[in-house]
Amino acid sequence: MNFAAFVPETLLTVGAIVMMMVAAFMGSRGSAVTTWGAVLLLIGATFALLGAPQSDGPIFGGLVVADGFGAFGKMLIFLSAAVAIIAAHNWFERDFEHAAEYPVLILLSCVGMAVMVSATSLMSLYVGLELTSLASYVLAAYRRSDDRSAEAGLKYFVLGGLASGILLYGISLLYGFTGSIQFDGIAAAFARDGTQSLGLLFGLVFLLAGLAFKIGAVPFHMWAPDVYEGAPTPVTAFFATAPKAAAVLLSVRVCLDALGPAIDAWRQIIAFVALASIILGAVAAYGQTNLKRLLAYSSINNVGFALVGLVAGGAAGASSVLFYMAVYLVMTLGVFLCLLRLRGEDGEPLEAIDSLSGMSQSRPGLAAAIAIFMFSLAGIPPLLGFWPKLVVFQAALAQELYLLAIVGFLGSVIGAFYYIKIVKVMYFDAPGRALAKGGNRIEGVLILLAALIVSPLGYLLIGPLSEMTNNAAGSLF
Amino acid sequence: MLSLMILVPLLAGVIALFLSANGARWIALIATLANFALGIALWATFDPAGAQWQFVEQIGLGGSVAWALGIDGIALMLIMLSVFLMPICIGASWRAIDRRVPEYMAAFLLMEALMIGVFAAQDLLLFYIFFEGGLIPMYLIIGIWGGAERIKASYKFFLYTLAGSVLMLVAMLVMIQTAGTTSIPALMAYDFAPGLQWWLWLAFFASFAVKMPMWPVHTWLPDAHVQAPTAGSVILAGVLLKMGGYGFIRFSLPMFPDASADFVPFVFVLSGIAVVVTSLIALVQHDMKKLIAYSSVAHMAFVTFGLFALNRQGIEGALLVMLSHGLVSGALFLCVGVIYDRLHTREIARYGGLADNMPKYALFFMLFTMASVGLPGTSGFVGEFLSLVGTYERSSWAGVVATTGIILGAAYMLFLYWRVVYGTQRNADAAAMPDLDARELWLLAPIAAAVLWMGIYPESFLRPMRADVGRLLERLEPSVPQSDAHLTKGKSQPASPAPAGHVSADHTPNAPAESH
Repeated sequence: MNFAAFVPETLLTVGAIVMMMVAAFMGSRGSAVTTWGAVLLLIGATFALLGAPQSDGPIFGGLVVADGFGAFGKMLIFLSAAVAIIAAHNWFERDFEHAAEYPVLILLSCVGMAVMVSATSLMSLYVGLELTSLASYVLAAYRRSDDRSAEAGLKYFVLGGLASGILLYGISLLYGFTGSIQFDGIAAAFARDGTQSLGLLFGLVFLLAGLAFKIGAVPFHMWAPDVYEGAPTPVTAFFATAPKAAAVLLSVRVCLDALGPAIDAWRQIIAFVALASIILGAVAAYGQTNLKRLLAYSSINNVGFALVGLVAGGAAGASSVLFYMAVYLVMTLGVFLCLLRLRGEDGEPLEAIDSLSGMSQSRPGLAAAIAIFMFSLAGIPPLLGFWPKLVVFQAALAQELYLLAIVGFLGSVIGAFYYIKIVKVMYFDAPGRALAKGGNRIEGVLILLAALIVSPLGYLLIGPLSEMTNNAAGSLF
Repeated sequence: MLSLMILVPLLAGVIALFLSANGARWIALIATLANFALGIALWATFDPAGAQWQFVEQIGLGGSVAWALGIDGIALMLIMLSVFLMPICIGASWRAIDRRVPEYMAAFLLMEALMIGVFAAQDLLLFYIFFEGGLIPMYLIIGIWGGAERIKASYKFFLYTLAGSVLMLVAMLVMIQTAGTTSIPALMAYDFAPGLQWWLWLAFFASFAVKMPMWPVHTWLPDAHVQAPTAGSVILAGVLLKMGGYGFIRFSLPMFPDASADFVPFVFVLSGIAVVVTSLIALVQHDMKKLIAYSSVAHMAFVTFGLFALNRQGIEGALLVMLSHGLVSGALFLCVGVIYDRLHTREIARYGGLADNMPKYALFFMLFTMASVGLPGTSGFVGEFLSLVGTYERSSWAGVVATTGIILGAAYMLFLYWRVVYGTQRNADAAAMPDLDARELWLLAPIAAAVLWMGIYPESFLRPMRADVGRLLERLEPSVPQSDAHLTKGKSQPASPAPAGHVSADHTPNAPAESH
């Protein structure tokens, strides 16, 4: 067996244990050490990924596989998790004394996500998912003293537990009717029996329902707005990015790999979930007054678009999902980094949309960055956010899914409304409350970097990025 | 050359963001004037008898989009219109805009870059990027520097246009899928299956009809015009509306000739309603800008009439109407802006008798009113006359309906002019307004010169476009249905349709004006 292919996960696991010791012995003084240690570990793991040999076959007896698809997913996850850790450091330092084990939880969650995106068996799928989720539950409730945070954690835990139960039930059905927990075994069973077998069909539906919960797609999205609002903002930033990408990628692999022969069965389900997410994510965001809630709906909306690529299926579809998630991560991290900078004069964090009013005059740079991200999330060219939407719909149209594309695009128009509403608040409204100046320099650089990637200059990245996603998606087949 | 014309305003816009108010004004003026100079060079070096696509540039960007630029005569004239109006817009905002000037100038410069991009793009997706990209600066211009109802207007503008455009995007993706190329010249020669053409045509129509705007999706325009600052209205009416007409010429007609021919009655009905209904609405407006906005809708209906007449007179006439309307409506908005800057109201009843205290203003306003009405000798006449001739040849009934638009147009424009400039001076503050100052003269005089030039010698504007119209007609020829005009030989001269347009175009001042 080739351990070299498993170096990134090993590195992160060992690193997480060491960091936990540091946190335990140094207490809150160790927060800087664990933060930068964790960032270095994640960057190191990303480099290890680049150098890791791409093994052809599965490892650990077929539990996981180290292929291009997984490598691309891990790269996205590690880098966005690193940004989430950096963003959290400054924020917790300011308001909250105990931050040393925060990076450790994220590291553990990253290990879980790495297993998720490379799982080739229902067993490793479940273990990866649970490792991620457990760390996430704790993160959501990280500010114990804050009622909202505790509520978010509890809500997330209870609903997440329910979803895990549904998922497990689906897994057990699939195992019972196919006799295999390996993706290839399940695929073979589907190819043999087709969807005639009611047991297989039920297993498929439950499995997808469980995954849809983890992605936060309609109709299993209810937890997202509450958890996003209640969790501390850096945690929300993390939830909206890495775990989301991991769950989407996991679904892609499950659908195309394990359920590949049953594409006609799941295509309808995913198509419904995708459109419902796009439309509900757009419509429900309409009346929101809290930025984090709004971003929760935005992430539901975006996941819907990413799933459109999955509906298309095939290498082109998978590639478009990867492309979508990559750009989505940049935009979302950018928005959250801006949001973290948003403080009143007394340094209290602001979350209400109203507090942005007239911001273009008091903080022109920050307002411009948010405006760029908003227009980009709305998918308005010439910003880069337009391109991934184009790519997923291109994949869908190649499969002649015309209705899906038309409804999806019209959904994006509805969604555009609330994105441009934020721009309106910042640029058209009279200045409201005063905002604190300045902010962390590293975060500023990250915001600038994200804004540059999203700006029209980002179109220069389309070539290399689509080559990477095509290679990654190709490794699935 | 074309890339340079896009880059100059773009860079100037970025620089303007970091300057003081005055610095931003000057750099915007210098950049737009430089671009105008480049435009003149472009026109001078364009060879009307040469290849269809000139100044071609092509750089692959990876993915499926390419930085492909190139222009034909039609695009050249529209680019000229954009670069001509831009310095005037900057001048018109020189004093009217006093807050957040650097951002304003940057938005305008960005707008200019995107407009040139729209007309120069030779890649389908690149076109879409430029076409949609224009929403962002215009949204900000209306929303930040607009009037009291600016927020509603900016939303309406943004969402209407976006909703139309996404359908076009779906159609574009289908076209790319089917034809396997994103190159616009290649697609213009590609024959889509007739059934597919219908759907594609409708999707493109959704976008261009909103942009144009055609009845009944025109309602965003009066709001946007009324609320936008003067220069915003000028650009909106002058150039952005032309993108709809340009889209029909560049996409709908050559790419889907069969569907275009099938949809002629549909377009004629919509245009006919637009001409009559919006003219009547214009007649009862109290707000000057709103009146001119509705007149824009009516004038744009002449464009759609002419284009879908599918003959030479019609299409050349439509192109001239586009150019002329770009100048005239821009100038009319400037005229409104001039008195708005003095009295801060657009209410027609608040003015009156301006001929006494503002004679120079009255003269210019008169010229542009006449051009809008379509008086021979002004640019309005040539285009409208040709487009009516073309329409009449395609369908007599459509010709009759369209011609009522000229009468109604004369009615509402003269009524407006009468109420504002003639009559007694009812209001003391309006009577005390000073006449045009040097800056305002410099803004209006070039447009006046262009309007007269186009009215007296339209050939200079038609020549670059003639070959392109010919190619378009060749492309349309197999699918164009029989028209209801039964051309018979006259006693002395053969009435062949092709030269007829040129004859009337060349002898404009002598042509009879019975259509008024």
